[in-house]
Amino acid sequence: MTGSALVLMIASMALIWGGLAASAVGLARRPENSHMPPGGEDDPTPTD
Amino acid sequence: MAQQPTSAPAGDSASPQKREHWSGQTAFILAAIGSAVGLGNIWRFPGEAYENGGGAFMVPYLIALLTAGIPILFLENAIGHRFRGSAPLAMRRVHRNAEGVGWFHVAICFVIGLYYTAVIAWSLSYFWFSFGLDYADDPAGFFFNDYLQLGSDVTLSAQIVPSVALPLILVWALTIGILALGIHKGVERLNVVGIPLLVVTFGILAFRALSLPGASDGIEALFTPDFSVLTDPEVWIAAYGQVFFSLSLAYGVMITYASYRRRRSNVTGPALVVAFGNSSFSLLAGLAVFATLGFLAQTQGVGVDELENITGVSLSFVTFPAVIAQMPGGQFFGALFFASLVLAGLTSLISVIQTISAAFQDKFGWNPRIAAVAVGLVSAVLSVLGFSTASGLYLLDTVDQWSNQLGIVAGAVGMIAAALWFGRRGHELERHLAAVSTIRPGRYWPVLINVIALLLIYMFVSKAVSLAIDGYGGYPTWYVVVFGWGTILFIGAAGVLMPWLRWHKDIAHPTLWPSREQLGLPAEVGAKVTEQYRPGKDTP
Repeated sequence: MTGSALVLMIASMALIWGGLAASAVGLARRPENSHMPPGGEDDPTPTD
Repeated sequence: MAQQPTSAPAGDSASPQKREHWSGQTAFILAAIGSAVGLGNIWRFPGEAYENGGGAFMVPYLIALLTAGIPILFLENAIGHRFRGSAPLAMRRVHRNAEGVGWFHVAICFVIGLYYTAVIAWSLSYFWFSFGLDYADDPAGFFFNDYLQLGSDVTLSAQIVPSVALPLILVWALTIGILALGIHKGVERLNVVGIPLLVVTFGILAFRALSLPGASDGIEALFTPDFSVLTDPEVWIAAYGQVFFSLSLAYGVMITYASYRRRRSNVTGPALVVAFGNSSFSLLAGLAVFATLGFLAQTQGVGVDELENITGVSLSFVTFPAVIAQMPGGQFFGALFFASLVLAGLTSLISVIQTISAAFQDKFGWNPRIAAVAVGLVSAVLSVLGFSTASGLYLLDTVDQWSNQLGIVAGAVGMIAAALWFGRRGHELERHLAAVSTIRPGRYWPVLINVIALLLIYMFVSKAVSLAIDGYGGYPTWYVVVFGWGTILFIGAAGVLMPWLRWHKDIAHPTLWPSREQLGLPAEVGAKVTEQYRPGKDTP
């Protein structure tokens, strides 16, 4: 495999798979915004 | 200016007691990934990358993902989450004259659902055929002549092909059954099981593909960069198109899925996971497909650049069967490949049909079961009549071209125009996302959306001119007019006519949360915004 193809492949993996890992880890660490405005209670869930 | 919904008192939204919810954030993310990851990730992305500069394509692709894919995904999530409805209902609440944009989206879903099911049915058949390697001797002849029984004349055949019709009916029955169970028990369960299963199945396939002799030649062909393409506008258009079509954007799916999230939910964080998750699967598919093509090239003693049929239907149903026939343990590899197509396709199909079903539930007050059966049965009959016949492939190719390349792009422009230009909801949606999410889109996000709209208008006009002047695929003019432009006419007519039908109850005064006051906005939509907004600090 040529050097340029290898570099592009590794860079793509780092950015795309790394982006997935970073966004997933970021979400796991801070799943919700703790400063939401008051209110916004949910509608009841249907039973049927 | 027409009166628009602001922040009315609680308790008057359209059937709030009937809006279903995802069980949690993970369920939503899996369902949204299930919608985004579809057949295109497996058969379109690798070929697009290869034909548009190889490794160099990743530069415009990533830029397109960050500047268009994610911003539009945020927009759809914001519309669905804030205005809490299917595409027509949410768009009606964005602007009183924008309901038609939502029905335009729904009509695109209807058209896509008709033929997408057919491809899943073919994949289901080929999953079965893989165990006996029925297609091994002559993959092209088997697919076009023995299986599809494709006629040589491009016309509309009335001859139903039972081997296609049977799995097609099966896929529709499965789809109706899943949708009738509702969001939580049906759509969510399918994705919670289906997406991890897809990742495992396709992961094993990719691992096997990468261990094949010649795999590295294929990977090298995929990633060898041709940086000269970076000055070619067509390559940039291809990158934006790939990102756009791949993320299930602009036909109401993400609006609908976001509307089933609870109000106090993080919107942008999960959307980011969905966007990167979708691209991650595309990259994995690129590696698996080109590793396999590298093996095929070595077996045939040719270069990867000499191979034909490396994208779309031909890649999956002609080229891959040829590879499967030649590799040790081909049955297993074939079963994995076609099972992946079925899973990826089914999770996307469900999202498309749910978008239609949700629209009818909101408009006419139908329950999920009635909507699923009504929408599913009508679609199933048309789907079988149109796509299980001897001319099904021609019809699929034509309808797909117009509904995707023109319909979806027009639907996106309509959505942006309604939300930002006529509805003047840019600030509101940006502040909504900032108020409920962990990642703030920033004040330049609406500006970026406007720039994307201009790009989309250019894409629409250039494609429409090209289709009008050059036709498509060598098909006869009458055929292109009736089934290509006719598709656009049907979608447009749905957008114009459906808003004339009456809503089953008052939907004009939804409960919006956070209220415009909480977002630091004047109560009247369109009034000048002067107040700075700092989420979480100065909300009343």
